[in-house]
Amino acid sequence: MKAFVGCKRVIDYAVKPRINPEKTGVVTQNVKMSINPFDEIAVEEALKLKEKGIVKEIVAVMVGPSAGSLQLTNGPLAMGADRGILVEIPEEDANPLLVAKVFQKLIAKENPELVLLGKQAIDNDANQTGQILAGLMQWPQGTCASKVEMAEKQVTVTREIDSGLRTVTMDLPAIVTCDLRLNTPRFATLQNIMKARKKTIEKTTPKDLGVDFAPKLKVLQLDEPSVRKAGIKVATVEDLVGHLKKTGTI
Amino acid sequence: TTGRSMAFANFQRSFQLAKNHKTSSFSRGYATEAKPMRALTDFSDEENELRSLVAKFAKEKIGPKVREMDEKSQLDPEVLSGLFEQGFMGIETPTELDGSGMSFTDAIIVIEELAKVDPAVSVVCDVQNTLVNNILSNWGTKEQREKYSRQLAQNTVGSFCLSEWGSGSDAFALKTKADLQSDGSYILNGSKAWITNSGEAGIFLVMANADVSKGYKGITTFLVPKGTPGLQVGKKEDKLGIRASSTCEVLFNDVRVPKDQIVGPVGSGYKIAIETLNEGRIGIAAQMLGLAGGAFEATLPYIYQRKQFGKPIGTFQGMQFQVAQIAMDIEAAKLMTYNAARLKDAKQPFTKEAAMCKLFASQVAEKVSSLCINMLGGVGFTKDFPAEKFFRDCKIGQIYEGTSNIQMQTIAKLIERENGLDTKTTQHK
Repeated sequence: MKAFVGCKRVIDYAVKPRINPEKTGVVTQNVKMSINPFDEIAVEEALKLKEKGIVKEIVAVMVGPSAGSLQLTNGPLAMGADRGILVEIPEEDANPLLVAKVFQKLIAKENPELVLLGKQAIDNDANQTGQILAGLMQWPQGTCASKVEMAEKQVTVTREIDSGLRTVTMDLPAIVTCDLRLNTPRFATLQNIMKARKKTIEKTTPKDLGVDFAPKLKVLQLDEPSVRKAGIKVATVEDLVGHLKKTGTI
Repeated sequence: TTGRSMAFANFQRSFQLAKNHKTSSFSRGYATEAKPMRALTDFSDEENELRSLVAKFAKEKIGPKVREMDEKSQLDPEVLSGLFEQGFMGIETPTELDGSGMSFTDAIIVIEELAKVDPAVSVVCDVQNTLVNNILSNWGTKEQREKYSRQLAQNTVGSFCLSEWGSGSDAFALKTKADLQSDGSYILNGSKAWITNSGEAGIFLVMANADVSKGYKGITTFLVPKGTPGLQVGKKEDKLGIRASSTCEVLFNDVRVPKDQIVGPVGSGYKIAIETLNEGRIGIAAQMLGLAGGAFEATLPYIYQRKQFGKPIGTFQGMQFQVAQIAMDIEAAKLMTYNAARLKDAKQPFTKEAAMCKLFASQVAEKVSSLCINMLGGVGFTKDFPAEKFFRDCKIGQIYEGTSNIQMQTIAKLIERENGLDTKTTQHK
C-alpha cells in the first residue's frame, strides 16, 4: 500500500515570530524553518506501518516554497520516507482549501490508500486541511488520532476529542490526521541524512496540476494579542455580580 | 654605519628573504572573480540542519541525564548507544564502512553542539572521531579499516593510549615497550595513564616503543582489542570535571599483538601521534566553544528574569558590558575554530591555527563559565543550575591534548619558522 504524508514547512516552534511592518503577516526571512511537528508525528506513524509491512511506499508531500526541499530532505526523507513531492508555491502559508485541492489532484495521480496529515499546522492552527480533503475525496476521516491500528482494508483510529476518546473504524482509502500523543518521532541518523540526499523530490506547481491557486482570502491585518490588562478584586459575590452586569457580561 | 645598525640591516634583510620563501597566511585571503570568499560563519544549509538535529538530540536525549552522569561519574549506556545510532561515532568514516560519510567540519559541528549540553559526552565523540577514527583512516591498511573502522562507527568505543605516569607533555619519553617476536608479532609491556574512553573502549590504539635504541623513532602504533590477554583497564580517575567521560589507567602485561595489528609503519608512531593530535586540537576547541556557549545560553535568559532594585539585572550596564565581552569572546573562538576546520577540509596547512584555536577556546571557556556563575549569583553556585558543571568541566581544556604552555610553545616555534628565525633557517648564512 502507498501512503501519502503531508509535510508543511513552518517557522520553527522555538522561534518567537514577529509581525511584519505592514501588519499583513509574519516575518519569515532569515527565520529558522522546520517541518510542522504534527507532520513529523504523521511521518513516524507511516514509518511504523512500513516497518510492520503494511505500507510499502511512503511519499512525503509538501506544498510550499522551493527552499522547502531542504526540510523535506533532512526531515521526512531522512527519517525514512521513500520519496518526496514538492508542489511549489511562492508564499509560505497557503490556504487549507487550496492545499486540499492540490492533494486531491496528487491522489488522483498516485492512488495512495492512506493519507496521513498532522492535525494542524503550528503557524495558522487551522486544523482544516485533512477534513476538507476528506470532503473533496468523499473519503472517511479519523482526525486528532492518538492511536492508529490497521486491519485488512480498514483503519481504526482512536481520536482525542474534548469529552475523551472516540474510536472510529474506516474502510480504506481514508484520511488520518495525527495528534501529539500518537507517537514520538525518531531522530534522523547521519547515515540516513546522507541517503536522503540521493532520494528523489519530484517538483511541480499547482498550475501543472490544474489547480487555481489564486488566494480567495486576503489578510487585512495581523496584530499581536493585546496585552493583558490588570483585573480588580471584589469583596463579595454581590459585588462580582454587580460588575458582571455593569460590563454587560450577564 | 655602526655595528649595531648593520646588524639590524642584516636582520631585516634575512627576515624579508625568509618571509618571501613561505606562503604566509595572508596570501590566502584575496578574493578573485572565480573564487568569491565567504564569511567564516557562512555555513551551508545542510550544515545548519545538522546543527539543529544534534542540538535537538542533545537537549532531549542527553540533557535529562547530565546531572546524574556527572554525580555518578558514569556515562549512561543509553546515551552511548544513542551516539552510535545517530551516526555520531563514525562521522567521517565512509558509508561503505557503515559510517556517516561526512566532513571534518561536520564532526566539529557535532562536537560543539554536544558540548553545549554536556562537554563530557562531547569528548567521548571527539576522541572517537578526531583521534581514533582518523588514525585508522589516515594510516590503517584496507583490511584494518574494513574490520575496525566499521566496528568503531557502529558499536565499539575506541581509546588513544599515549600518555603515561611519567610522560605527559614529554610524550615521547614513554616507556611502554614492544618486543619483537620471531613470528613478527610484538609483546607489549607497560602502563598508560589518563586514557579517555578507556572505561567503555573495545579497541585501544597504543603507542609503544618497538626499538628503544632509536629513541622516539622507535615508537609504533599498535591496535589492541579489549579482551586480549594481559590488557587490563585499571582504576577510573575521580575527576573535577567531565566526570561522565571515563579516564583510566590501561595496563599491558605481556600483551601479544599480531603484526597485522600494527597501524602505519614500525617507528612512525611519533609522527602519527603528532599529526593526529594536531587535528584533535580543533575538536577540543569545538568542545570548549560549545561549553562556553552552553554556559552563556543558560545564563542570559536568567539575568533578564531575575529582578533586583526593580529591574531585571541584565539591564544594568555593568552586566551588559559583561554580556558583550562574553559574546565577543565566543564569537572570536567560533571563528578561529571553524576557520581551522575549513582549512583542514580544504587540505591546507592548519597546524598553527589548530594550536591557536584550542588554546584560545579553552581560555574563553574558563573565562566565560566563571563569569556566568558570577552573573547568576547564588543559584549559579548550586548544582541545580548547569553553570557550576560547565566551570568544573572547562579546566581540562587547558590540559589535555597539549597543555596551554605546550600550545604556546608550538605556536611560537611556528612563528619562528614562518619568519625564518628558527635555527634551521638562520644557519644558512
